Amino acid sequence: MNSHEDDELARRTAEAVARRSYGKLVAFLAARTNDVASAEDALSEAFAAALAEWPRKGCPANPEAWLMTVARRKVIDVFRGERRGEIASEELQVMARSLERAASEAERLSEIPDQRLALMFACAHPAIDAGIRAPLILQVILGLDAKAIASAFLTSPAAMGKRLVRAKEKIRQAGIPFRVPDREELSGRVETVLDTIYAAFAEGWSDPGGTDVARRDLTEEALFLARLVTELMPDEAEALGLLALELHAEARRRARRTSGGEFVPLAEQDTGLWNSQMIDEAEALLRRASSLGSVGRYQLEGALQSAHVYRCRTGDNNWAEVVQLYDALFAISASPVVAVNRALAIAETQGAEAGLGSMPDVADDARLAEYQPYWAARAELLSRTGARDEARQAYERAIGLERDEAVRRFLQRRQADL
Amino acid sequence: MKYLLMAYVNEAAWPKMTKADQEQGAAAYMAYGQALAQSGALVGSNRLKPSSAATTVRVTNGKSQVLDGPYADSKEQLGGYFLIDVPDLDAAMSWAARCPASGHGVVEVRPIWDMGAAA
Repeated sequence: MNSHEDDELARRTAEAVARRSYGKLVAFLAARTNDVASAEDALSEAFAAALAEWPRKGCPANPEAWLMTVARRKVIDVFRGERRGEIASEELQVMARSLERAASEAERLSEIPDQRLALMFACAHPAIDAGIRAPLILQVILGLDAKAIASAFLTSPAAMGKRLVRAKEKIRQAGIPFRVPDREELSGRVETVLDTIYAAFAEGWSDPGGTDVARRDLTEEALFLARLVTELMPDEAEALGLLALELHAEARRRARRTSGGEFVPLAEQDTGLWNSQMIDEAEALLRRASSLGSVGRYQLEGALQSAHVYRCRTGDNNWAEVVQLYDALFAISASPVVAVNRALAIAETQGAEAGLGSMPDVADDARLAEYQPYWAARAELLSRTGARDEARQAYERAIGLERDEAVRRFLQRRQADL
Repeated sequence: MKYLLMAYVNEAAWPKMTKADQEQGAAAYMAYGQALAQSGALVGSNRLKPSSAATTVRVTNGKSQVLDGPYADSKEQLGGYFLIDVPDLDAAMSWAARCPASGHGVVEVRPIWDMGAAA
């Protein structure tokens, strides 16, 4: 082999390990130092060392263990260097020994213990600002850089970078633990982790055309994270529900746009374009979740997706069942989003007037004034009752609030059809 | 890890309470302090006199400026503190939630800088 091929092999091996084990390695180091930033820095130095050394000496038999050993030493260097004033030398020795013991144990078993779940609980801790939890998990578990995350979350890389640094500092300084919470405190904490993953998914999902690569990738990463949580907590019904919900949404991605990029509403989608394999998996997950006997928001939202899929595929009218599911969902989370969708379902069973009557009032909830689906739903129901002027005005609001061009054109067509 | 739990409360509410309510309120703080002590988490605690008794001192250009009153002029004032030693933030937060002040005011949880660390 010439040196170019050696370089190439080293690079590919390092990339494969990074994809497979980045989060595991960060979690392994951070759980023993409480310091996510140092763990990431040490790991990136270890990767750089790998790229320098592997082409000359050949790739090691166990690249993960190699990286872990190098990163472990680098972490201790950081604590001896820039963190010197913050930790007593006895404490540092305890930390170094614990890292060494854990590392040699991992090498013996040729497997790094998986503490990604503990790391996720630390990143989605209630003491961390809710808006930065999803970016934080994407960075420390998956290794996404601040630039990619910033572009997905529609903010500047510098601002995102600063907020990520701040969140990691908070974890370190405030003593946020790296552990899966006890059973009695688990329920609320699992919810924050699931909400965080869902936030990442929703951010990617809001680019339905998949034209923005960073955001399309985000839905894939969120699927990966939801899958990971179901593997690490197989009996957590809501985690299964979240994965089912994400799979259902993802299964319809190709049908949401025409080849010309125009928006296609659910009722008009070509069901042949749906990904049946994902739908089947989602259905199986929902069945498993319901056998666990604790219903929650994500299972209900997954069940709603399932009901929509069934109706579109068979043509059977199941709107009464849909209304019931929205009632149950509304009882758990009385959000305006749920209320709007519930009103649309009521319109299908009891007519447009009844649907309008069930709509939340913008006077009661200021958030609705800026919520596009509220105005689009109102416009749709108003047009069905024949209130054309009011419908036109509501479409006008919806069009003005929409950021997706294809949806905007769709709403404009509807408005013109009045 | 050590944390300072700072109880911020509306001072104006206390004098308006009935004698019975005041006694009940004080008893709740007593019980909380005892529970902390018995669990071994308590390092120290104190109730502070009202912020009307506070004096704020600042030295600028060698000249001291003295102000009658607390540093921050807000409705909720620091009314007392509990210094505790617990394993992590989760434990500190659960003690903060039990503190009576978190019901009628707010409790700020601040980690203590470990000055024992080598400089």
